[in-house]
Amino acid sequence: MEAWRFFKRTLVLVLKGRPAYYIWCFLLIAVFSIGLKFYFNQVNEGLIVTNMRDQVSWGLYIANFTYLVGVAAAAVLLVIPAYIYHFEPIKEIVVLGELFAASSMIMALMLVFMDLGRPERFWHLIPFIGKLAFPQSLLAWDVLVLNGYLFLNIFIPVYILVKSYYRQEPNKRFIIPLILFSIPMAVGIHTVTAFLYNGLPARPFWNASILAPRFLASAFCSGPAIIIIIFQAIRAISNIKIKDEALFKIAELIAYAMFLNLFLMGAEIFKEFYSDTIHLAPITYLYKGIGDHRALVPWIWSSFFLNVAAFLMFLLPATRRRIITLNIACLFTIVGIWIEKGIGFVLPGFTPDPLGEIYEYIPNLTEFAISLGIWALGLLIFTLFMKVAIPIVRGDFVHSRHEKKTLQPSLSKNAGIEGKGNLGE
Amino acid sequence: MRTTFILSLLFLCAYGYGKTKEEFPVPRPPFTEGIFPCSSCHEGMEVNPKKRELKEEHRSIKLRHGENFRWCLDCHDGQNRDKLKLVSGELIDFTESYMLCGQCHGTTYRDWKAGIHGKRTGYFSGKKMYFLCVHCHDPHNPKFKPLRPEPPPMKPKETKHGR
Amino acid sequence: MADKLYTRRDVVKVISFSLLAGSGLLGSSCVNKEATEEFLQRHYLEMTEDEKKRVVKRLEERYRKDYGVKFNISTEAAKKGTLWGYGLDLSRCIGCRRCVYACVRENNNSRHDPQVHLIRVLRLKKGNLINLEHSEHYYNPEHVPEEGFIYMPVQCQHCENPPCVKVCPVKATWKEPDGLVVVDYNWCIGCRYCMAACPYKGRVFNWAEPKIPKEEINGEVHYLGNRPRMKNVVEKCTFCIQRVRSGRYPACVEACPTGTRKFGNLLDQESEIRYLIENKRVFRLKEDLNTEPKFYYFFSL
Repeated sequence: MEAWRFFKRTLVLVLKGRPAYYIWCFLLIAVFSIGLKFYFNQVNEGLIVTNMRDQVSWGLYIANFTYLVGVAAAAVLLVIPAYIYHFEPIKEIVVLGELFAASSMIMALMLVFMDLGRPERFWHLIPFIGKLAFPQSLLAWDVLVLNGYLFLNIFIPVYILVKSYYRQEPNKRFIIPLILFSIPMAVGIHTVTAFLYNGLPARPFWNASILAPRFLASAFCSGPAIIIIIFQAIRAISNIKIKDEALFKIAELIAYAMFLNLFLMGAEIFKEFYSDTIHLAPITYLYKGIGDHRALVPWIWSSFFLNVAAFLMFLLPATRRRIITLNIACLFTIVGIWIEKGIGFVLPGFTPDPLGEIYEYIPNLTEFAISLGIWALGLLIFTLFMKVAIPIVRGDFVHSRHEKKTLQPSLSKNAGIEGKGNLGE
Repeated sequence: MRTTFILSLLFLCAYGYGKTKEEFPVPRPPFTEGIFPCSSCHEGMEVNPKKRELKEEHRSIKLRHGENFRWCLDCHDGQNRDKLKLVSGELIDFTESYMLCGQCHGTTYRDWKAGIHGKRTGYFSGKKMYFLCVHCHDPHNPKFKPLRPEPPPMKPKETKHGR
Repeated sequence: MADKLYTRRDVVKVISFSLLAGSGLLGSSCVNKEATEEFLQRHYLEMTEDEKKRVVKRLEERYRKDYGVKFNISTEAAKKGTLWGYGLDLSRCIGCRRCVYACVRENNNSRHDPQVHLIRVLRLKKGNLINLEHSEHYYNPEHVPEEGFIYMPVQCQHCENPPCVKVCPVKATWKEPDGLVVVDYNWCIGCRYCMAACPYKGRVFNWAEPKIPKEEINGEVHYLGNRPRMKNVVEKCTFCIQRVRSGRYPACVEACPTGTRKFGNLLDQESEIRYLIENKRVFRLKEDLNTEPKFYYFFSL
């Protein structure tokens, strides 16, 4: 009964908002619906409606998936300072970061689902019911760790938020181990995803031991960069207190991660080009192009310069501690890593293919529409999470026995404030 | 039905020669239409053992097979036109022509018998059909003739969406 | 299987099925008995003989309806003492692609959009064999062979240590006791991880519903081989499982006009394949990957 009351109240919270909130949600639903329409067509016609072919058998969906796994792993960059170093400014907002990780995890899983040829057979992947090939298939590992991480990142914040709704202290002996467990899990999802590619000797571009460390380093850039932007948006919309200190601290951590990322990239480039074996072809295709096939060259160099610029801006206190330059650096990182860990990572693995053929894959409208649809769905889920979580974090949304008489009218007022403007880009 | 009949005939033939000979079931040799048996024309013709250019018959045959060293009657028997002749003088059927080829091409003959050179069809663990050398190589001009290749695969970009 | 009507697994499957159907994920496809049966169908290796018979009967009826041809679907198992191996004579191949199209016809492959070829013939410059990045797949001269080139057909190499099998997340592909690497087309989820893992491009995808002319259908099929596939599943060369398990040569071997292709039982001392391994210089593609292919390239000259 009590649970039902809580549920009903959150539902009201989610359904009520200012016009801007409705517009924002409607926009996201519209983009998602368009994606869904394209997806139904893809299911009916087959994956032939995409530009993927035998030569390049994974494309934009898997590129986005890889990127989003990285983004999700980044929540750990909030969890560590919050729970291990007890850095107060971040501790206040860590649940928001965890819900953000959960949203990106949902996006990542949905993107894999979009990529499946026979989605109705997904149950073959369910342990004990289907026939999950654990432990030999890394994809089976990925299914397990991604869902496990998703569960943790929904369960932990929801537990903390519900406790806080009832003005109760969370049971530390129960939740702290789970929180600590989410740290290796975050490392785990990215390592396993890296190993998914890494373990394929057929694809020399991916078959490099530096892959998992590079994945982690880049994940700790892109995820936190998105979080910085989103936190500012939340702060602007909802008056929640997010201290600049917290943002600057995250930015500082990005600087270290980006340094590591660039260093590892340099190490890989040196090894490949200096040793100059026949396995050089994919990385040549990526950075220099092979013959007339140069589709990825401008992308990867843009990514390189964006990442270097972002690194410098995060490194120098003058630019890191100014909101405008900080945001520019974040945008640079988000785009730069998306190229590097998305198309710039998945496509060269397939180009040239194992028999030396080069097919220059460029995603088509269907793939863009479906991918965008999933991004919209993720943002929508995150928005709804925030619509409930923020009032709880601020202490406005509590069980009625803790509500002061005077708070009653202000609740509806706050609900209005939260719906203002866009929640993140 | 007919093939089975011919096959069993050939089989019996080979068996008849018997002794230590190995048996290789083969399809009918690739004779020009209506040319076999040769004796139907050559019967009663006088044998002219002189090496010369053929002006009246068999003009399509241009010997490109050690032509400086041999000619028709080195392989075809002059007396019995329906037979081929080994160096030893032994007469063999056209279905056994591999023995004739094998006289010079020993290593290839060995491979052919093992099924490595040339082609076999049918049941590899039961009845196999051996192709004769002459099914692929014109004995008078044995170099393998170039072929028109089948079309290349579709390029990935040529694949069309929709039905 | 009549003794136990529903297992726990079935119940969960039904629940998940209804959930799926309810959420409209099945799209416009109507939920009839046949679709339900197919959806709930078990992994091939877990089916009882009775279940196999039922599935085969259902498929034979469907294929007859779809293609107007009588189908005979075999589920013949591997014979004891057989391990299939393949030999390809690089001295002989002239790159005429007869094998490619014989394979397509034998195996009921989609003819166009998508065009599914299980054999790729690479043209390589003489003096260049290992670096396939210099290969040409789309050569189309008046006549083959061309001066200065050699030709190398590539298809599934039926590795003893197949990377594609290792990566499949649902065990939809496996190595049979006679060494053939096969796919259960009804279990494959279409994730294409195996395609990424194969170093030989031995796997191809049915990007759409296969298009096969009715008059060219081959009705003699094996469940794990050349039965008509459905859209969005992976398929591959099976050394013509439907032929070799009944003692016949694969279609590509019979189609080759130059006798380039050899086939036989690696466990049989007298087989052609054993002879050539012992008497010729053989090599296998990308041996450095330790996949242990059972596909031997050799030079007879």
